[in-house]
Amino acid sequence: MDSFGSDFSSGAAGSGKMDSGTIMEQVKVQIAVANAQELLQRMTDKCFKKCVGKPGGSLDNSEQKCIAMCMDRYMDAWNTVSRAYNSRLQRERARI
Amino acid sequence: MSDFNDFSSASVSEKAEASELQRMIAVEQQKAQFQAQVHNFTDVCWEKCVDKPSSKLDSRTEGCLVSCVERFIDTTLTITNRFTQMVQKGAH
Repeated sequence: MDSFGSDFSSGAAGSGKMDSGTIMEQVKVQIAVANAQELLQRMTDKCFKKCVGKPGGSLDNSEQKCIAMCMDRYMDAWNTVSRAYNSRLQRERARI
Repeated sequence: MSDFNDFSSASVSEKAEASELQRMIAVEQQKAQFQAQVHNFTDVCWEKCVDKPSSKLDSRTEGCLVSCVERFIDTTLTITNRFTQMVQKGAH
């Protein structure tokens, strides 16, 4: 994950400056990585709560299946929420 | 990034490029803020709407999630407005 922020070699020609395209690419990548990390952290929290009861010596089959389903449902929920929020923002903007 | 604020030795085209870059970065930051809000809403609304994870999100749960987002935003607005009134009246 560290390489996403520190590889400046491709854009820095003689002037030592990076071109806008390279900078924007790196900004987008860093934001995407942070977003994915946030998603995973929250998803792990929710799915551990829903799927793992009294923690045993390992995750049994039902727990594994539950976690897989939970991940899919969490991402579905995220998408639903994203659409709902976007709709609301557009509605609010239309009122101004 | 602090170089972009030192315009003293930059040419006109360099200044224009730096301004455009700042604008484009601001756009990405706005998108990131949107996504951060989606994370918060999903967190809260999952607790309210999802009981047991099943093989798909049924329409009742979907409806609940949508309503949850709307009502959470309404709650935020209600609190902001009322709090503003309270402060203006001198209460704290």
